[in-house]
Amino acid sequence: MTEFTPILSMLGGALIGVAVVALMAIQGRIAGITGIVSGLLTSPMSNDWAWRAAFILGMVVAPVGIAIATGNMPQISIPVSPLMLAVGGFIVGVGTSLGSGCTSGHGVCGLARFSARSLVATLIFMATGLATVFIIRHVIGV
Amino acid sequence: MLKTLSAFIIGLIFGTGIILSGMANPAKVLNFFDVYGTWDPSLMFVMGGALVVTTIGYRLVFQMNHPLLESGFSLPARKDIDGKLILGAATFGIGWGLSGFCPGGLIPALGLGSIEPLYAAAGIITGILAFRLVTQSRLNQPAT
Repeated sequence: MTEFTPILSMLGGALIGVAVVALMAIQGRIAGITGIVSGLLTSPMSNDWAWRAAFILGMVVAPVGIAIATGNMPQISIPVSPLMLAVGGFIVGVGTSLGSGCTSGHGVCGLARFSARSLVATLIFMATGLATVFIIRHVIGV
Repeated sequence: MLKTLSAFIIGLIFGTGIILSGMANPAKVLNFFDVYGTWDPSLMFVMGGALVVTTIGYRLVFQMNHPLLESGFSLPARKDIDGKLILGAATFGIGWGLSGFCPGGLIPALGLGSIEPLYAAAGIITGILAFRLVTQSRLNQPAT
């Protein structure tokens, strides 16, 4: 079981929204993590490399900021084996490349722009995520 | 310089939001998907909070003539719903359901100092590069 945290989750979501809006206001860019990461990996010579790297670095150090502010490092729990993390990660990498986006690009930026492509993508990845967990936990029973 | 610095701060805010929201916690993500089991609906509130702020914020921003540090907005122009979009989104959801990490959830988790998120990161990076390799070699093939 995990604790139901509606207030904290909504607050976190609102902060994500603030960052997404700020990137659009300052640089005119969609804050899609798939796009930013693939840009880093596949166009190392691009003029956009520096800001993309800085954005990702900011995300990586966020837990340290929280630890400094609160005195506690945030805790997560990973009920998945290393092999499944790697396999799942590989599938995420292929899928987000093929579908041009993930939760941030389609699910937040795209939906906020009323993009039909992003609405379709979001409904589909939510549905297959749900189906995958259903199969693993209730059909196979891991 | 200003672009790089502002991107760092925006990334920091984004990552803080991800951690607070629970999106970086696979146990919470997988319970969100487990509607018929140990369902934790928290992540609906993440989407809700993010969408309210972004929908209103984007409306205000798009009234500007141009972004503060650029001459124009870089927005995706495509409107067609094609097979790649559908297949790609379906594939992503399967990987998300297996690992509990979406790309945005994983990156702040890398800063927690534990080893496990690195396995998912290695998988995602390999997946992105493998996709790039396959699509590029297809482009390089002579047309028949």
